[in-house]
Amino acid sequence: MNKTSGIYPHKLNKITKNNFITYLMVLVLYIAVQLLLVTGNVSSLMEGLLVPLCIYVMLAISLNLTVGILGELSLGHAGFMCVGAFAGAFFSKCMNGAMPDGVRFITALLIGAVSAGIFGILIGIPVLRLKGDYLAIVTLAFGEIIKNLVNVMYIGRDKNGFHFSMKDFFSLNMDAEGEVIVNGAQGITGTPHDASFTMGVILIFLSLIIILNLIHSRDGRAIMSIRDNRIAAESIGINITKYKLMAFSLSAAIAGVAGVLYAHNLSTLTALPKNFGYNMSIMILVFVVLGGIGNIRGSIISAIVLTLLPELLRGLSDYRMLIYAIVLIVMMLFNWSPKAIEWKERMKEKYFPKKLSKGKEVK
Amino acid sequence: MSFISYLINGISLGSVYAIIALGYTMVYGIAKMLNFAHGDVIMVGAFIVFTIVSTLSLPPVLGIATAIIVCTVFGITIERVAYKPLRNAASPLAVLITAIGVSYLLQNLALLIFGANTKSFTSVVAVKPLKFADGNMVISGETIVTIVVGIIVMILLTLFINKTKAGQAMLAVSEDKGAASLMGINVNKTIALTFAIGSALAAVAGVLLCSAYPSLTPYTGAMPGIKAFVAAVFGGIGSVPGAMIGGILLGIIEILGKAYISSQMADAIVFAVLIIVLLVKPTGILGKKIQEKV
Amino acid sequence: MKRFMSIAMASAMAMTLFAGCGSTASEGTDAAAGTDTTATADTAAEGTDATAEGTAAAGESAAGGVFKIGGIGPTTGGAAVYGMAVQNAAQLAVDEINAAGGIGGYQIEFKFEDDENDPEKSVNAYNTLKDWDMQILMGTVTSGCCVAVVEKTSADNMFQLTPSGSSIEAIKYDNAFRVCFSDPNQGMASAKYIGDNAVATKVAVIYDSSDIYSSGIYQKFVTESASQPFEIVSAEAFTADSKTDFSVQLQKAKDSGADLVFLPIYYTEASLILSQAATMNYSPIFFGCDGLDGILDVENFDTSLAEGVMLLTPFAADAQDELTQNFVTTFKEKFGDTPNQFAADAYDAIYAIKAAAEKAGLTPDMDASAICDAMKTAMTQITLDGLTGVGMTWDASGEPNKAPKAVKIENGVYVAM
Repeated sequence: MNKTSGIYPHKLNKITKNNFITYLMVLVLYIAVQLLLVTGNVSSLMEGLLVPLCIYVMLAISLNLTVGILGELSLGHAGFMCVGAFAGAFFSKCMNGAMPDGVRFITALLIGAVSAGIFGILIGIPVLRLKGDYLAIVTLAFGEIIKNLVNVMYIGRDKNGFHFSMKDFFSLNMDAEGEVIVNGAQGITGTPHDASFTMGVILIFLSLIIILNLIHSRDGRAIMSIRDNRIAAESIGINITKYKLMAFSLSAAIAGVAGVLYAHNLSTLTALPKNFGYNMSIMILVFVVLGGIGNIRGSIISAIVLTLLPELLRGLSDYRMLIYAIVLIVMMLFNWSPKAIEWKERMKEKYFPKKLSKGKEVK
Repeated sequence: MSFISYLINGISLGSVYAIIALGYTMVYGIAKMLNFAHGDVIMVGAFIVFTIVSTLSLPPVLGIATAIIVCTVFGITIERVAYKPLRNAASPLAVLITAIGVSYLLQNLALLIFGANTKSFTSVVAVKPLKFADGNMVISGETIVTIVVGIIVMILLTLFINKTKAGQAMLAVSEDKGAASLMGINVNKTIALTFAIGSALAAVAGVLLCSAYPSLTPYTGAMPGIKAFVAAVFGGIGSVPGAMIGGILLGIIEILGKAYISSQMADAIVFAVLIIVLLVKPTGILGKKIQEKV
Repeated sequence: MKRFMSIAMASAMAMTLFAGCGSTASEGTDAAAGTDTTATADTAAEGTDATAEGTAAAGESAAGGVFKIGGIGPTTGGAAVYGMAVQNAAQLAVDEINAAGGIGGYQIEFKFEDDENDPEKSVNAYNTLKDWDMQILMGTVTSGCCVAVVEKTSADNMFQLTPSGSSIEAIKYDNAFRVCFSDPNQGMASAKYIGDNAVATKVAVIYDSSDIYSSGIYQKFVTESASQPFEIVSAEAFTADSKTDFSVQLQKAKDSGADLVFLPIYYTEASLILSQAATMNYSPIFFGCDGLDGILDVENFDTSLAEGVMLLTPFAADAQDELTQNFVTTFKEKFGDTPNQFAADAYDAIYAIKAAAEKAGLTPDMDASAICDAMKTAMTQITLDGLTGVGMTWDASGEPNKAPKAVKIENGVYVAM
């Protein structure tokens, strides 16, 4: 056995190294893409995909905080994204022209984060008492409720101030010159296009710093102890509710920021089953599970791969989504099946025997 | 007056949810996995019946029988190829994700084979509707058949699980796979049998769903599938009578919510009631209390 | 074998994407060369006047004698039926034009990309087409996606003609035109028709509150009804997540004594509403917009249920004129379905592009931006006799001028009113 592996400083070193690899990976990717952009070697498709990629990476790492670190299954993550998106877009739409663009966008991001975080706490307090699949279904329910309510929300503004209705457009009772900001199913249109790749990467970095530091902090260890054994954690005096809420609302807040980025990337924001329904929540969960539960770097990679995959398969025309489904199943089997893992180990041993013998001293 | 009509409509909708939920709860109870592809197996069943009855003009009985056989084979194959390799994976979530993959696969396969156009499903139910109050209140033949079939399936499933050897084996597997295999139970076969029964039920549910609501597309199964999942949780997932009760209650809540609160917010109301029920009774209406081991 | 080919194509595409398909990439495939030139042009001059020059160079090197027209719409997912109709009908029109000598002697190359009815995917589809050196966009099919894409086409100065994007914002820039009516236009026309012809005095509405098209028509219909001699007695909604059971909405309409139910929705849901109304013994007049067209062609649908349904639609698949008949026959032969409203809009869209392109005297060596500038003017000068209207003209706002036809279903066929 490696004698030093148990000693604290060495372990810390390993963690720092591991985190460093994650940061470096994002940085290298960013620089590589920027180089390609500057030299003009990026197709329009790739250029258009850069911001969505950032959004999905953020969603994946934020959900990994709930699923991997807190150990609770959430199927309503898209709901938090929806809250952030609408809060941010609403603010931007109201304040467009009233303050400098950069300041406005950063404020919108903060507003998105705070409102999604508040929803996280509000939902988390009752919901986190439940466990396992019951928690999953309740989060799914909350996600659907949020989507449904956003679809019947009407907010308008005229010279008398704001008008609000949950019924229809006519209940707003606005002046003739009044402007409808949120128009039910038609959502918010004309949100300024503020999202950029650089901004996305900065936000990914911020999320990574927050999450990775949390994981390796005292609080993070408390959260993980709840995941590993709730009763044992409680018995040594860890405040279960506090730590669960901390992780859950932080994860919601980051999803909210991703939502704001989403809203400022497209000029139309509508709450469709496609973008904010349970389908999207499940898709984010797919990123997390495929990349490895609790593995932040894996989440980043799988979010990128799975977002690019359907676009790369466009050449298949009609067979595109079929092949996508098959690839997804095969990747899952390859990554998770005990037999495939065993096979991978054997292959590793066969082709890289040195590396393995270092770690395992069985032979 | 109109309240009774709403109630009847709620029971009609609920009976469809109930019959789908029975299949869901069956698979969940034994294999402990949320089979997200269940709704899509329903769609496959409905398409098979549609092809045989409407396109080839053969008798409905033949269509239903074929649908049950094909769905059973489908169920076993899906389990064998996509779920079984992951049964002992490090996290139970892995198999949930492949189930989603299978769901996409079935939808897109159906899209390629049958196209995206809506098909109008001819009801296979020949029972006459019951009419009250000068025909102002109607209980459709489909509703009667769905409820009767639902109750029969419920009783048969309960008897099967409690009285037969194979059913007892299922219970043992659901309690503890390792111990069950030590007792000489073939775990693989038992789980395959569970999926076979679940998928056969899905075929029946597909026929009844499309008889009651005669519109068929490759995405027909997805939303009723999720609603039935909610119904199964509502009634206490894993409990066979719970699925039946949960399904019917969900239907009634949905209709009454639409009628008396807001038709725009029907989904929100259904889910809000679900949340309240689960907060009061965290394992659903008929769910077993889970003892937490230290 | 076919699949193997597709996979090979996909990996080729993947390589072009990942490798950045720079100047080092061989000019072996059209796609690679195309991607290269557009990308260079884009980055060289973002948002400046130089864009025009940049893409001009690109156009010359890649196009060479064919017009490249792109299309976008959902061919997978819940809205696939509309996207596929547009894809098929547009392909049909392109084949016809090519067989008859093309646009001003130049052939058309048509490529259709899937957007799953998701605005984000729609922008991806647009970018994919741009990489392919598209010169004119025929799309997108759905309103929500159209609003997102029009932002991009306007920035790129790309001519866009949507067959069926009906919301106001879908064509808010001067480079965008549409073939269908706008949502408010339909809502207003329906209210006017019901009022002017005294079809009913008590009206109930059932609409999809989660859908842009449906809620758009509903809003205008209600606004307009204020000045019409009928009263709206019930307005009930449904959503994308609960659209199987309409018993409540119908019951409310029945209880309120409505003699007409207005259905500003698509035919898939309408077919369910009609069958449930029949079960309930409720038989008011059902009145719909162009979304209802296609209801008679739902496979295996009992058309007697639709007896007496009235709809305002510019297209009817069983109209007797030669153009419609030819179109419907060829479409059925090729794709096995009866074409619906979306298909007709797409077919007209391609012919409108042809007419305007010939009017403007376009040549394929022009770049997308120059084509757009020429098309913007030419579109307002053409008059098109199409499937969805005779003597259609467009004004600079992008709206078509054509008269909606009111039809009634009698004995399973449309009868003009």
